[in-house]
Amino acid sequence: MARLNLILLALLTACALGLVTSQHQARKLFAELEREQEQAKKLDVEWGQLQLEQSTWAMHARIEKIARDRLHMSVPDAKRTQVVLPAATEAER
Amino acid sequence: MNYAASPVLAPHLPLWRSRLLLVLIAGGFLVLAGRAVYLQGLNNDFLQQKGQSRYSRVLEISANRGKITDRRGEALAISTPVKSVWAIPEEVQFSSQQRAKLAALLEMPPREIDKRLNDATGFVYLKRQISPDVAERVSELRIAGLFQNREYRRYYPGGEVMAQVLGFTGADDAGQDGIELAFQSTLAGKSGSRRVIKDRLGQIVEDTESIREAQNGRDLALSLDAKLQNLAFSQLKLALEKHKARAGAIVVLDARTGEVLALANLPTYNPNNRSRLSGAQLRNRVITDTFEPGSTLKPFTVALAVDLGRITPETMIATASGSLAIGKATIHDAHHFGDMTAAQVIQRSSNVGAARIALSLPTEAMWGMFDKVGFGSAPRLGFPGEASGKLRAFKNWRPIEQATMSYGHGISVSLLQLAHAYTIFASDGELIPLSLLRVETPLPGRQVISPATAHKLRDMLELAVQPGGTAPAARVMGYRVAGKTGTAHKEENGGYAKHKYVSSFVGLAPASAPRLVIAVMLDEPSAGQYYGGAVAAPVFSAVMGGALRMLGVPPDAPLKPLELPSDGSEIKETV
Repeated sequence: MARLNLILLALLTACALGLVTSQHQARKLFAELEREQEQAKKLDVEWGQLQLEQSTWAMHARIEKIARDRLHMSVPDAKRTQVVLPAATEAER
Repeated sequence: MNYAASPVLAPHLPLWRSRLLLVLIAGGFLVLAGRAVYLQGLNNDFLQQKGQSRYSRVLEISANRGKITDRRGEALAISTPVKSVWAIPEEVQFSSQQRAKLAALLEMPPREIDKRLNDATGFVYLKRQISPDVAERVSELRIAGLFQNREYRRYYPGGEVMAQVLGFTGADDAGQDGIELAFQSTLAGKSGSRRVIKDRLGQIVEDTESIREAQNGRDLALSLDAKLQNLAFSQLKLALEKHKARAGAIVVLDARTGEVLALANLPTYNPNNRSRLSGAQLRNRVITDTFEPGSTLKPFTVALAVDLGRITPETMIATASGSLAIGKATIHDAHHFGDMTAAQVIQRSSNVGAARIALSLPTEAMWGMFDKVGFGSAPRLGFPGEASGKLRAFKNWRPIEQATMSYGHGISVSLLQLAHAYTIFASDGELIPLSLLRVETPLPGRQVISPATAHKLRDMLELAVQPGGTAPAARVMGYRVAGKTGTAHKEENGGYAKHKYVSSFVGLAPASAPRLVIAVMLDEPSAGQYYGGAVAAPVFSAVMGGALRMLGVPPDAPLKPLELPSDGSEIKETV
């Protein structure tokens, strides 16, 4: 009887310690999850800002202005335009 | 001798005293135990609450407002978090050095900071919506009594180009105008909250319950095409400056799907900086303003007559006299060409011809035509302040009114309604529902006129942009174009203003298989020219040409440089 009690006591202690460790593990993992989520949110914000920056730099008015003024590009006029129709439309005719 | 056995020490106390003590102590324990049971088991709410308030916290989970993108996914409106700096004036303590640094960071004079702090008690915003990295440097100053909170600010990279379509949001990130308001429920996020357990260091150690799930706003893909929008806006702006017009508007529709591809208004504003705004800048003229369209309505009367089989494009209309008396009023034409065919009535924009055709039609049928193409009822885009225009009940029409309505007077429409109505000529007689959002599968339209009639009208409208028509300036190299000019006196104080005009042009291309419908309107051009063919048609031509090229639409006409007739030789429409 006494031996059984001793075994049970040892088991109980082991279980209790196990509970403590797993609880501790859980909290540690949770803290990590929290940190990662925070990071994800930060990256999300940064992504939004980068998108904003991209669309600001890529504004059509700006691109057109640079193409015209700095690169001296222009839309070719009618005399220098040759239209090549896709083969499919050619076949349809 | 045994100590305990000493007779001197023998107890003389009565037994009841020790018993009493025992009972009292036992009683005391019982009370304690009872209290413990009461507090722990029966009435434990209060203490549990107290305990929870020491470790558990309710955290707000912020939700983002959805993005607005164009049809290709290019961002048109994005929310990003910013910080606001606020203070409790009574608690603020800073050295003069700190004050100078703070002032520099917030970009405001130090005196302004003092003033704000001295004027308020309890709470004052020092500066709202500053960028996160500036906010970080402010918090590094470690000034007591100074706090920050997170807010969202909406940015519009497109700026003034699509200001009126997109609208804007208020400080609390709620839509206040335009699409931001129209689709508020879709775009707005719902912030959530959750209960967590925090440890001594303030770190979250456990998530106990989610009170409300945070819901980010959904992204919205518009039907607008940023490239086309920019083209339409810049061409409209050039024309506005050239003709010194008070205002202008343009709308580009996809003739197959009913999508609004571009929609620009002038004057405009920068939605990122709305410090000085006037009503004129905010107005989305395309959707919310109506005007008397003038000759651009003629094709509908003619279409009805053709559809009813009353006339064919070759039918001769008696316009030789150049005037038509109806009751006390007389309608005039500016030019006298003798009798014209119905096609020439459109080509040369004859008021007398249109009136004669209108008077041969039943009023109910004519009203039905206008009603079916959407005049007099709002286009139901969900946009705030959509104008429905003015179309009076046919029972009260007098003959003169029926006649003037055929050429666009005594009836008012918005530019969007006008462009929408022209889709019946572009799509074989069907009126396709409009959409501000990207359409994957087009909704079925409603047949208004027969496909044969639509083809005939398209041919007539094509004549109007040829030399000999009212708008040769609307032609586009490489494409067959069909369209109609409109020039109308402005309505003012119940009458018509003598020298104030609204010039417009509505057209479609390529005429062999229409892809786009474009409507242009300029309000009060005052640099000499005011005819739709001279003011609005060139804008149409430039935008249509660029748009067809951008969309890669194969040309349906030979690529020959166009020659415009010299000034004065073109046909001016009658105003």
